[in-house]
Amino acid sequence: MINLINISKSYGENHAVKSFDLTIETAETTVLIGPSGCGKSTILRTIIGLISPDTGKVNIEGEALSTANLVSLRQKMGYVIQEGGLFPNLSAEGNVFLMARYLGWDKDRIEERIDELCDLTKFPKDALNRYPIQISGGQRQRLSLMRALMLDPNILLLDEPLGALDPLIRSELQQDLKEIFSTLGKTVVMVTHDMGEAAFFGDKIVLIKDGQIIQEGNISDLIKNPSNPFVTTFINAQRNHLETIGDT
Amino acid sequence: MNLLKIPLIFLILICVSCTFSDDSEKEIKVGSKKFTESVILGEIISQLAASEGAEVEYRKELGGTRVLWNGLLNGDIDIYPEYTGTITQEILSNKNITDQSNLPEELAQYGIAISQPLGFNNTYAIGMKREKAEKLGIKTISDLKNYPELKFGFGNEFMNRGDGWPSLKSAYNLPQQNVTGLDHDLAYRGLESGHIDAIDLYSTDADISYYDLKVLKDDKKHFEDYFAVLLYRKDLEKKNPQALGTILKLEQSIPEQKMGEMNAASKIDGLSDSVIASNYLKETLLINTNPVKETFLSRLYRNTLQHLFLVVISLSAAIIVSIPLGILAYKNQKVGHLVLGIVGVIQTLPSLALLVFMIPFFGIGAIPAIVALFLYSLLPIVRGTYTGLKDISRDIQESAEALGLTPFAMLRLIEIPIASRSILSGIKTSAVINVGTATLGALIGAGGYGQPILTGIRLDNVGLILEGAIPAAVMALLVQGLFDLSERILVPKGLRLKENN
Repeated sequence: MINLINISKSYGENHAVKSFDLTIETAETTVLIGPSGCGKSTILRTIIGLISPDTGKVNIEGEALSTANLVSLRQKMGYVIQEGGLFPNLSAEGNVFLMARYLGWDKDRIEERIDELCDLTKFPKDALNRYPIQISGGQRQRLSLMRALMLDPNILLLDEPLGALDPLIRSELQQDLKEIFSTLGKTVVMVTHDMGEAAFFGDKIVLIKDGQIIQEGNISDLIKNPSNPFVTTFINAQRNHLETIGDT
Repeated sequence: MNLLKIPLIFLILICVSCTFSDDSEKEIKVGSKKFTESVILGEIISQLAASEGAEVEYRKELGGTRVLWNGLLNGDIDIYPEYTGTITQEILSNKNITDQSNLPEELAQYGIAISQPLGFNNTYAIGMKREKAEKLGIKTISDLKNYPELKFGFGNEFMNRGDGWPSLKSAYNLPQQNVTGLDHDLAYRGLESGHIDAIDLYSTDADISYYDLKVLKDDKKHFEDYFAVLLYRKDLEKKNPQALGTILKLEQSIPEQKMGEMNAASKIDGLSDSVIASNYLKETLLINTNPVKETFLSRLYRNTLQHLFLVVISLSAAIIVSIPLGILAYKNQKVGHLVLGIVGVIQTLPSLALLVFMIPFFGIGAIPAIVALFLYSLLPIVRGTYTGLKDISRDIQESAEALGLTPFAMLRLIEIPIASRSILSGIKTSAVINVGTATLGALIGAGGYGQPILTGIRLDNVGLILEGAIPAAVMALLVQGLFDLSERILVPKGLRLKENN
C-alpha cells in the first residue's frame, strides 16, 4: 500500500500539486489520468523520490520516504518511463542485471532471473547482447520493464509507458502488460492521458485536474456517477472524437 | 575496462617518467641568455670547468635576464655571463647605481659575486642598413631626429629597459611614432626585408658585418658601458675553488674584436658553439678541451625524452586533477561556475608570462615548465568532463536514480561511462595543446623540442627550427592518434554504434 498524505509541490508561482491525498491499494492497478500539466507525473515522481514535495509525506508499505531510506525503498519499486530511459552504454542484458550485480547477486541467479523475465515480457533472448540503440521502440519498453522487475519489487510505477509507440505495437504491448500485471499481482501505478488505456488497465482510475483529484473510482463509477461535469467532458472528449470520425 | 582506473594509470606514468628524468645534481650549473654571444661565453665557461674535472650542466638559451638572475639566486644556476650595464639598469635598477665600481658590494648582499670584466664592451647601439643611412646622410643618433617617418623595430627587452627606447627617445628628442617591439633575431630580418629602418643592436654583433649595417654614433653618450662579466654564486668559491679559478682566467682575456669574430664564426660560418669555444681556449689560454659533438640522432633522442617528460607528467597530473574538478563542477553549480571561471582565466594567460611567473616559486628547469603546462591542460579536461556529464538526458539520470543506485555508483556505472567520449576529447585537446606549448619550456631551461627551435631562430637556421618543429608536430599527431585508438577501449561500445532501425 502507498499513502500520499497532504502532498503539495509548486514551481515558483505554478502549483503543480495541491494538498493531495491518495491511497493506492496493494496488488491493484491504479491509473492516474488527466490533461497535460495536471500533476499526474509529479505524483508518480514523488512516490519514487525524484521530487521532494514542499509539504506532506509519502508512505511506502508503512515506511515514510526520507533521504535516509530513499535508496533502499527505491530498490523495492520498479520505474518505467515513456522512452524507456535505457542506459546507452550498457547492453540490453547489462541494463537488466545492473542492479542485481551491484547488489552482489551471483551469476546463476542473475541468468535464471533474466530467463524468467524474457519469458514473461516476451523479450527475444537473442537480442540480449544488443545495445539499446540497436533495438526497436517496443522492445526497448519490454526491456525497460524487465529492468524494473529484475529485483522483483512489490511496486511498479509506469509513466506513460506506451506513449511513444505506434498504435499496432502499442495495442500488442497493452495486452501483454495486462497479462503480466495479473500474473504478478503487483501494486501498479500507471500514468496515462488516454482514457481507453485507463479503462483497460485500471482497477481504480484517479482523474486529476490542476493538481487536485476530481474523482477516483472504477470506469463505470466515472461514467455513471460523475462527481463533476469535467469528468464527463474528459471522458467524452476522447470517445466523441473517435465516434465523429467513425460517422463520416 | 573501468574508466576510473585511468587516473591510476597516469599516476604510474608519472612515477615511471620521474625515474627517467635527469635530476642528478651537477657540480656546476652554467647558464646563458638566448643570444649567440652569451651562448658562446656559457660554452667557454662550461668547457673550462669541465677541464678541471667538474661535472657541468649547461642550461643555455634561457629566456631573459630575469630568468637567469632568479635562477642564480635560488641555485638553479651557479654562474653565467652578464653585462655591467644590464646589472645597473635592470637587475638592480631600483638601487639607482651610478658608479659601476660599486657593483661587487651591491651584489654581495644577494650572495652573488662578480668577476673582473672579460675585456670587451658590448654596449647597445642603433643600426641601419648602410645603404639607407648613407642615402639619408645619417651618421649619429641625433641625425634620426630629422626623419620622423622612419620605422623602428626594437628587441622586446630594449623596448622596456631603463636605458632602452623610452629614455633614448627623450634623451635625443626623437619624433618617430612607428616603433614595434619584436624578437631581436627577427629584427635583423625585418631590417633586411625593408620592413624596419633602424634597430637596436649589440656592438659585438656578428650581424653588423653580415647584414652590412651602419652603427650610428651615440653622440650624446646615452648608452652605458656594457662590460661583459661573470656573475656567480659566492658558494661556488667553496664548492669548487679550482674550477672557479680556471674559469676566472677569462678576466681581461677577450678583446672586443675577438668576441666579434667568435660571434661571426657562429652566425656566418655556422660553426658550433662548442667548437668555437674550444678553438678560443686552445688559442688564447692554451687549454685543450673536447668540444661536445652531438649527432643529429642523439640530439633528437635527448630532445624527445625531455619533451615527453614535460608532456607526460603535466598531462597526467592534469587528468588526475581535472576529472574530479569537472565532476565537482557538475554536482555543484555554484562551485562549478567558480571552477570553470578559474581554469578559464588561467587559459587566457599568455604562455610565456605564465612560464616566467612560475620561476620565483619553482626556479628554472623542468619543474616550473611542468607546473605551467599542467595549468594549461586543465580547462579542456574540466570542461569536457563537465559538459559530458551535464549533457546526459534527464530520462537516463532519473532512471538511474530510480533504480536505487547511490550517487557514487551512478557516477561510476552510468554517468562517467556515458560522458567518456567528451572527457576523452577534452584530454585529447589538452594533449595536443600541451605538446605545442611545451616547446616554450626551453626558454626556462626545460629543454625539449623548443631547444633546437631557439637555436635555429638565433642562428637563422631553418634546418634547426624544423628539427624542433617537425618532431613536435609528429608527437602531437601521435598523441592524437593514441587517444583516438584508446576511444575504442574506453568509450563503451553502445555509445559508438549507429542506430540501425
